[in-house]
Amino acid sequence: MDSESEETVRARVDGIYRAESRRAFATLVRLLGDFDLAEEALHEAFMAALEQWPREGIPNNPRAWLITAARFRGIDAMRRRRRLDSATAELGNVTMAAWPPRPTPDFEGLADDQLRLLFTCCRPDLPADAQSALTLREVCGLTTEEIARAYLTRAPTIAQRIVRAKQRIREEQIPYEVPGAAELPARRALVMRVIYLVFNEGYSSSSGAERIRVDLCEEAIRLARLLTELLPDPETHGLLSLLLLQHARRAARTSASGDIVLFAKQDRSLWDRERIAEGTAFVERALKDGGSGPYVLQAAIAAIYAESVDNGSIDWAQIVALHDVLSRLDPSPVARLARAVAVAGRDGPEAGLVLVEAILSGGELADYLPAHAARAHFCQRLGRKDDALVSYRRAFGLSQQEPEQRLFQRCIAELENGQ
Amino acid sequence: MKYLCLLYGNQKKVSSLSKEQFTSLVEKCQVHDAELQRTGAVRSVESLEWDVTTVRPRNGKPTVVDGPFVETRDVVGSFLVIEARDLNDAIRIASLHPAANMGEDLGWGIEIRPIADACHQ
Repeated sequence: MDSESEETVRARVDGIYRAESRRAFATLVRLLGDFDLAEEALHEAFMAALEQWPREGIPNNPRAWLITAARFRGIDAMRRRRRLDSATAELGNVTMAAWPPRPTPDFEGLADDQLRLLFTCCRPDLPADAQSALTLREVCGLTTEEIARAYLTRAPTIAQRIVRAKQRIREEQIPYEVPGAAELPARRALVMRVIYLVFNEGYSSSSGAERIRVDLCEEAIRLARLLTELLPDPETHGLLSLLLLQHARRAARTSASGDIVLFAKQDRSLWDRERIAEGTAFVERALKDGGSGPYVLQAAIAAIYAESVDNGSIDWAQIVALHDVLSRLDPSPVARLARAVAVAGRDGPEAGLVLVEAILSGGELADYLPAHAARAHFCQRLGRKDDALVSYRRAFGLSQQEPEQRLFQRCIAELENGQ
Repeated sequence: MKYLCLLYGNQKKVSSLSKEQFTSLVEKCQVHDAELQRTGAVRSVESLEWDVTTVRPRNGKPTVVDGPFVETRDVVGSFLVIEARDLNDAIRIASLHPAANMGEDLGWGIEIRPIADACHQ
């Protein structure tokens, strides 16, 4: 075995690892019934591949080879540990976990395994912050450290969330399955919500030095795309469309120095036309297929913004009409706030302000930054300087994101200098 | 990424074990050690003697002190360097170690620290 061909094989195994490991992992969780055992077995199978493939050649179906080899090793490990458990039981302080033995040698429906994994990571009985961390690590293959950086958290915090969630899945023997027809709509909505939250954290970070975290947006799009492949229907197409259309404006949303560029001032030539075309095609298809859920409606709104050639040509009437339907589906104050902004676009700042003040007086959005930012903006346009200042200062106080804070500081300074 | 696993134990309690108790403990460790070694993730592993000498600056000059840097009951008894995909993978591997599965009454436990290079990948 000369070193060059060994290097070639190593590079190919690395390539196969990147392309196949998450899918093989999803299948192994089903075959072995345990996340950690699946990860360990997969790792051992890759080590065996590195050892055997240079000698015997790369198999025709590397994924099937890896799954078979890993499953064998996983079952072997289960047996060894059961013996180990009984051998050390008299010590009385053995904490090794029980390994639920569910080694069904079923190679059917491998594609469904990723869907099973996604639904398991987004179980409603897991804490919300664990759902996204688990999804990003187990489905997308991000490392704990990458997830921690994306969420501006320390790696040990994320690691513990993941360990606890897996423990819970193991101890409560949470089934590894795509929910049945009765449960599916609610569970699928939760999966979409987790994907949407991952995207939102990337679209506008809740804190830190950067406005946009492109990696989180890209991962969310990848997940939404996977979901459309596994569960193609108007709502999943709507979600993917929405994310593509929002992400298409990323280059125009901040300046070279990282400052926020508001929609009205964005350079439309920086918008990603390819993503807009793809997003628009998905929402058109969703609408044609009878889609009328919240993601389809939001995608339809995003498509109108994305297709506008300048600020004067935005079809506000249609945007308001879509928001009317949306706030009937979701009568939350956040949805009403979004509608108020659309109404201001159609009828002017006074109409918007009346609606925003009504929402704020309800009290539910008292600490919701966008509500104060909207009020500040409308008051400024109406020449109500003091009211605008009060709201900008409130918004500034609520923000933990540096570009956003700089934006509000600029607005405050402009008003104080009488501009 | 590489992680350093520091294996702690209560020196007093471990030292007070009889020779038979100690031998039996080591034997029981072996099955766990075998599981750990099977992962292929262990890059190096060393056990440490109890004697501690500390060198630290005093008035700008190295000064030798007979004893540990920080006085505690729980001391590092051995360490290993493992190669893992990420912190959760390192936790999974470290969980196979004897000090994660036994010796509760001896104060056993493992501290996992990323080796600095890994932080900047």
